[in-house]
Amino acid sequence: MEYEAVIGLEVHAELLTESKVFCGCSAKFGAPPNQNTCPVCLAMPGSLPVVNRRAVEFAIRAGLAAGCTIANSSRWARKNYFYPDLPKGYQISQYELPICLGGHIDIETNGTARHVRLTRIHMEEDTGKNIHDAHGDASLVDFNRCGVPLLEIVSEPDIRSAAEAGAYLRKLRAILQYLEICDGNMEEGSFRCDANVSIRPRGAQQLGTKVEIKNMNSFRNVERAIDHELKRQAEVLDDGGHLVQETRLWDPDREVTRSMRSKEFAHDYRYFPEPDLLPLVVSDEWIEAVRRALPELPDARRQRFAQEYGLPEYDADVLTVRKDVADYYEAAVRCHRNPKAISNWVMGEVLRIIRERKLDNALVIHDWPVPPERLAALVELLDSGEISGKIAKTVFEEMVSTGKTPIDIVAEQGLTQISDASAIVAAIDQIIAANAAKVAEYRSGKEKLFGFFVGQVMKATQGKANPQKLNELLKAKLNG
Amino acid sequence: MDLHRLTFERAAALLAQKAISSVELTRAVLERIRATEPEIQSFITVTEEVALTQAHAADARRARGDSGPLLGIPVGIKDIILTKGIRTTAGSKILGNFIAPYDATVTRRLLDAGAVCVGKLNCDEFAMGSSTENSAYQVTRNPWDRTRVPGGSSGGSASAIAAQQALGTLGTDTGGSIRQPAACCGVVGIKPTYGRVSRYGVVAYASSLDQVGPMAKTVTGCAHVLGTIAGHDAHDSTSANRPVPDYAAGLNGSIKGLRVGIPREYFVEGMAPDVEQAVRAAVRQLQQLGAVISDVSLPHTQYAIPAYYLIATAEASSNLARYDGIKYGLRAAEGEGLLGMYQRTRAAGFGAEVKRRIMLGTYALSAGYYDAYYLKAQKVRTLIRRDFEQVFQSQDVIVTPTAPTTAFRIGEKTSDPLQMYLSDIFTISINLAGLPGLSMPCGFDAQGMPIGLQIVGRPFEEERVLQAAYAYEQASAWHDRWPTE
Amino acid sequence: MALTREEVRHIALLARLQLSDAEEVAITEQLDHILQHFETLAALDTSAVEPTALVVDVTTAYRDDVVVNPPAAEALRQNAPARDGDFFKVPKIIE
Repeated sequence: MEYEAVIGLEVHAELLTESKVFCGCSAKFGAPPNQNTCPVCLAMPGSLPVVNRRAVEFAIRAGLAAGCTIANSSRWARKNYFYPDLPKGYQISQYELPICLGGHIDIETNGTARHVRLTRIHMEEDTGKNIHDAHGDASLVDFNRCGVPLLEIVSEPDIRSAAEAGAYLRKLRAILQYLEICDGNMEEGSFRCDANVSIRPRGAQQLGTKVEIKNMNSFRNVERAIDHELKRQAEVLDDGGHLVQETRLWDPDREVTRSMRSKEFAHDYRYFPEPDLLPLVVSDEWIEAVRRALPELPDARRQRFAQEYGLPEYDADVLTVRKDVADYYEAAVRCHRNPKAISNWVMGEVLRIIRERKLDNALVIHDWPVPPERLAALVELLDSGEISGKIAKTVFEEMVSTGKTPIDIVAEQGLTQISDASAIVAAIDQIIAANAAKVAEYRSGKEKLFGFFVGQVMKATQGKANPQKLNELLKAKLNG
Repeated sequence: MDLHRLTFERAAALLAQKAISSVELTRAVLERIRATEPEIQSFITVTEEVALTQAHAADARRARGDSGPLLGIPVGIKDIILTKGIRTTAGSKILGNFIAPYDATVTRRLLDAGAVCVGKLNCDEFAMGSSTENSAYQVTRNPWDRTRVPGGSSGGSASAIAAQQALGTLGTDTGGSIRQPAACCGVVGIKPTYGRVSRYGVVAYASSLDQVGPMAKTVTGCAHVLGTIAGHDAHDSTSANRPVPDYAAGLNGSIKGLRVGIPREYFVEGMAPDVEQAVRAAVRQLQQLGAVISDVSLPHTQYAIPAYYLIATAEASSNLARYDGIKYGLRAAEGEGLLGMYQRTRAAGFGAEVKRRIMLGTYALSAGYYDAYYLKAQKVRTLIRRDFEQVFQSQDVIVTPTAPTTAFRIGEKTSDPLQMYLSDIFTISINLAGLPGLSMPCGFDAQGMPIGLQIVGRPFEEERVLQAAYAYEQASAWHDRWPTE
Repeated sequence: MALTREEVRHIALLARLQLSDAEEVAITEQLDHILQHFETLAALDTSAVEPTALVVDVTTAYRDDVVVNPPAAEALRQNAPARDGDFFKVPKIIE
């Protein structure tokens, strides 16, 4: 039986505000336990929430970027349940009247385009963190994260494969990063995803039984989990069995989804409008102001790179996955107009080292010692013939480890390419003189030895001989 | 001079003249508390040392030229309002050991104005009740008759005034909990317009109904305290952004031409005849003072109790979910894992009435019942608001009895919760509509128990309500009477 | 539509309240009695009425995005029934 996959994704994105959504505590990650707390986020008796304006602005940005309708008046709601990381015993979220409705994210996988509609985007507060105690019979609770603003982005079940799910998440993350509202770090938990997966016979209209998958902490895991779940569901149905509507956890070690320990009690969240907060009123003027200030989004930037810089699609793609990388690229090109060469360097050496050193965890690559103008200067030195390609690689590594400018490094180490014919000829003469036997072999037909001579001259010139000139002159000398 | 017998404004005047010091006044009040507490039991916590420190500080401020009506005045604060560094229990075992880590905004405003806090006052647990019998700590007795309740939930706040244990107190009012005890104890109490006074630092019962308000022996005293605590608070998103008038300065005598509406639904069968008589006499008095009296109707009055008890308990069931034994408060002894901890902590920490209301509220919000109960009640609330809006188009204030009976006996209504709920009938609509409401003494019944007159105004028209109250007060002598010792 | 003990048990679980058998019986009776009294609401036609959730002037109150709270004082943790260093301690959470 051929089945069609029907997948919807729910993403929770932590917003990069300075303070929490309902109180003035810091929203920054990494503080000592329970340091960033106050009566409000600790749910002390008598505490009350007050809305962070910037969190709302970020929600508007996200909604506009995704083509949603922004509600002029939306409502906060209480979602009631008991859990240690939820100090009030309810989460302030949005239910019947969210701030954004509709919208879409367009993706492409293997040439197939998919228009993924969004159901809604709403705001809510994050919970604290439960940590399982080493001692075994207790859990520990840290409320630092409690109250950090979240956006919940819900898609319609328009996604049709695990690969599309991955593409959707990457696209969504790129958009949020471009908007500078979320750093999109799945491993650190600032970008979380749950999937709703069902299958139906190809061509059927009715939806199959929906299974919720949780605990996927990377894009690859999302794709793997969905792939596995689709197979599992198909097997069950092919065997004549029934699927249960349930929540399953992805087990990344065993690479399977497992049913959650059956909950003795279903959640009845008893949603009702939050009486401690007024309706969230957002004026048309505010929406327009946010719209005017929207940055160029990933798709638009990708297209512009291809056009303006004449870059191949592949390059434009890679360079625009992250806004900070795209900004870096453009800043370099502004200094030295060689778009393709700079693209090669950025896609190659720059991104390689950044990934190796895991410098890209935050929204903006940090601790990267090569500002764009220096990369540009390096390429300029290359283009002017001042240094050779091989030397350039060496210089680049020096730039990364010492933080010095390419010009300084070349000058200090005397790495300037030797293009002067007489100097090269002098070196060639030396090598020829010292390797008479090999010269004879070469002249008698062993053409492969050319490489040996090139290597020797390069060594003699500390790798600084201009390769083209060297080849020309060497050929001339060897061939008599 | 028995300093504890002074009214708020008389004491303020003597302090201003430096005829007495705050330390003297506070000592007298503390002595009075010591003498009367064994019988009355208004206080859960008496803060003698803190009070004397604050009294000294107030006198020092005055010596430096500082002034103000609250400066140096001994006040009591309902134990549902947070006072930093001082035990705050909300009348519940679940907060029995809770030391407030911050001040409520209203506490801060009183203290900044130089008030002296003599203690935390007894109340029904989490402000749920009409007699203060639901306190987990003690039963407060009505100073007029110690076999009777002081009313509730702010019973301690009212009895403290009547027993001369404080010159001003703060209470809270969600369904009548300032006005009804004020009526039971023959004092003045006002519930401001919803949003007039900050709720930050006030243990929440029903978020869309709770308000903090003052109680005192006289209208003037209430006006001064209200003026100090009212006003916008950035910590409370529901607090109104409106200037606060000088309520005490606005209390001039004339109410000529004031249009007073008397709603027929508030004179019902089951009302004590003494109460009806006293209230009608008060209305005639208002008429003599120049008010224009009219018959009006608030047709949805009969639906107020169900609407209130569904909305209030729904909000309360959610507000009380934070009492889980994790961050503060009581935790039941270990065993049986997390679920057991939650269940046993809350079972041990909450009293029967609180449990009942949590259950009712949870039910009203639960799947399948939300529309029929909670949502329905919110719609009925709109109808009740409209009733008042309609009447206020032709009337300036509405006058009613505060309660259908005077203070009942301790234990009389505890067996039937519904009976207790029904006694809120005259106060509850005012909370649903968010209006300002005041209660003041207007007589005594045959047993010598005080009778309360309620004056209700348009939103944010506390001035007008206080003016009407003041005019009546000056033309009557009820406020000069104290319980016999 | 009388309230059953089953329903009361379910509500008690939602509310994390452990009730003794006697309490269960009593509460079922009391709540049923109260809810019956509240049936009067059902008779009212509210089909054309909007719910009132708040009775206050409608102007959203916003805060600036500034960190104003200093690192939490001991006072905030001082009331915790069980602690492990800076953490709040609870019985083990089983997923």
